[in-house]
Amino acid sequence: MKTIKLAPATWGTIGGIALLAVLLFAVAPAALDAFRLGQLAKYLCWAIAAVGIGLAWGRGGMLVLGQGLYFGLGAYAMAFHLKLEQAGPDGVPDFMKLYAGGVMPAWWEPFRSGAFTIAVIAIVPALVAGIIGYAVLKRRVKGAYFAILSQALAAAFAILLIGQIKSTGGSNGLNNFTTFFGYNLYLPENKVMIYQITAAVLIVALVIVAVLYRSRYGELLVAARDAEERVRFLGHDPANIKLVAYVVAAFLAGLGGAMFVPVVGIITPSNVDALASIALLAGVALGGRAALFGPVVGAIAIGYAQSALSENFPGSWSYFQGALFIIVILLLPGGLASLFARMRRTPAHTQVQLKQEEVPA
Amino acid sequence: MTSTEHDEAAPGRLTVRGLTVEFDGFRAIDGVDLMLLPGQLHFLIGPNGAGKTTLVDAVTGLVKAQGTATYEGHDLLTTKSHRIVRLGVGRTFQTATVFEELSVLQNLDIAGGVHRSAWRMILPRGAAPTYVEEALEAIGLADLRDRPAGSLAHGQKQWLEIGMLLVQDAKVMLLDEPVAGMSAEEREETGALLRRIGGERTIVVIEHDMDFVREYADWVTVMHAGKVLTAGSVAQVQADEQVQEVYLGRTADAVLHEDDTAAAAEGSEI
Repeated sequence: MKTIKLAPATWGTIGGIALLAVLLFAVAPAALDAFRLGQLAKYLCWAIAAVGIGLAWGRGGMLVLGQGLYFGLGAYAMAFHLKLEQAGPDGVPDFMKLYAGGVMPAWWEPFRSGAFTIAVIAIVPALVAGIIGYAVLKRRVKGAYFAILSQALAAAFAILLIGQIKSTGGSNGLNNFTTFFGYNLYLPENKVMIYQITAAVLIVALVIVAVLYRSRYGELLVAARDAEERVRFLGHDPANIKLVAYVVAAFLAGLGGAMFVPVVGIITPSNVDALASIALLAGVALGGRAALFGPVVGAIAIGYAQSALSENFPGSWSYFQGALFIIVILLLPGGLASLFARMRRTPAHTQVQLKQEEVPA
Repeated sequence: MTSTEHDEAAPGRLTVRGLTVEFDGFRAIDGVDLMLLPGQLHFLIGPNGAGKTTLVDAVTGLVKAQGTATYEGHDLLTTKSHRIVRLGVGRTFQTATVFEELSVLQNLDIAGGVHRSAWRMILPRGAAPTYVEEALEAIGLADLRDRPAGSLAHGQKQWLEIGMLLVQDAKVMLLDEPVAGMSAEEREETGALLRRIGGERTIVVIEHDMDFVREYADWVTVMHAGKVLTAGSVAQVQADEQVQEVYLGRTADAVLHEDDTAAAAEGSEI
């Protein structure tokens, strides 16, 4: 084996991930009080999903407007398990006593097992994305049609959750969790541990995506985004290339959703519906969709702004969010990351740049 | 054409029989027969709208067609575009489409993806494979390997595209007006390049430039209004009265002049 020479861009990536790890594991727990650390953990859950959106949208050109679906699949799987933990062995979740006469559907039963739940979180979002993505991408659905379709999926998912009140808690969602795999959720040290798990998942997500960006596959994905027909005549089916990115993005959204439940302590359809999906996307647009760290920075910034603005101007957040989205798309299509790149003037070939005309209207 | 059923599967043989392409009742191609043998520089000429590009589109899976088109016995009309490429039939387009943000080397390397398994795609690039180096030498862009492809001159982009076909190891290369818009020297270099890489490959060039055709063609097929008018050596074709009538009858100047407007129009042709 010959030694691998790493390009400067790679050292930048490794350094960036290391710096983020230091910030998340050393600086943030020391600098923030318990409440703010919990807030940050929530933003990190969105950031995990955002990293996947960066891959699918920024590099793959798929405007994934409905990642709430996959976020929700991961979140609800986790919530099922935590409800059953709370109910105790052979117990029935409290809300079912209220809505369903204490009868638990049989398909809830396996979620008593932690291992089964983790397997569902790891597999189901990716599997669903694989099936939907295969059907959609093989038919060469793209652009606005793809965006509308993905948005509709998230909307339909939320409606389904609300409709199935006996097994999902309806629009109230699932809440009132007491333990997380046996750890008491009310103890401060366990809250810190859950924060650390979330931060670790985010770091792993970044590493996965960084490896993909650096690989030949990453180049091919950008190539399929910019010149799909040309890629076809390189002997590749662009649908397969995009499908991989779509599935990875769904997988990451599922992980983010799963951590969201113990972090926040509640999951409702409004956390996973079309609006929530757009909020995820807005963060990615703000941070810079094609840059590795852009989605993370954007998701945290959006989360922070949402909290800060909601505290000061209740009810006006969605207007701010809409305005922000428009401003970024119009004035800063590459997001905050493009400001950074402009300042550093990195050589063109180490950086994947966005073409102006690809910005969706 | 002397082909029989059994030798259609012969190595490198592309056979087209009774190929018909219809767009809303309009027959863009009307029963074309064609046999392409390896080792020949084959030119496809004809006035605008003759169906040259459509023929290539049909053979490479871009438009639906009736009739038969086989490569080494594989039915091309029911095969998807990317599979046709993997069989060894590659093509270029009238406007060179290279990946502008990637370097020359990366462009060639990406074309080598057909030789890689899916799992190896997640590895970063180590050194460039030898076939990439060879292609780089063949197209004369070795000195520009690290330049972004977007910064190349028009002619160099066309060579890069041909280089990508070399990396793919395409046995049949269908080149759609590779010298359009090139300077005289670039045309000469392109001709020499096509001769060099010819060997056992089958190269089909769609061309308008009659000087270029005269210089390099081993075999010329003339199309007109969706049909093959005639085929043969340059001399045979030029001597054909029908050809003179529909195409070569006009002065070379007129034909060349038509090119300039044609090159732009042909993209939307049919």
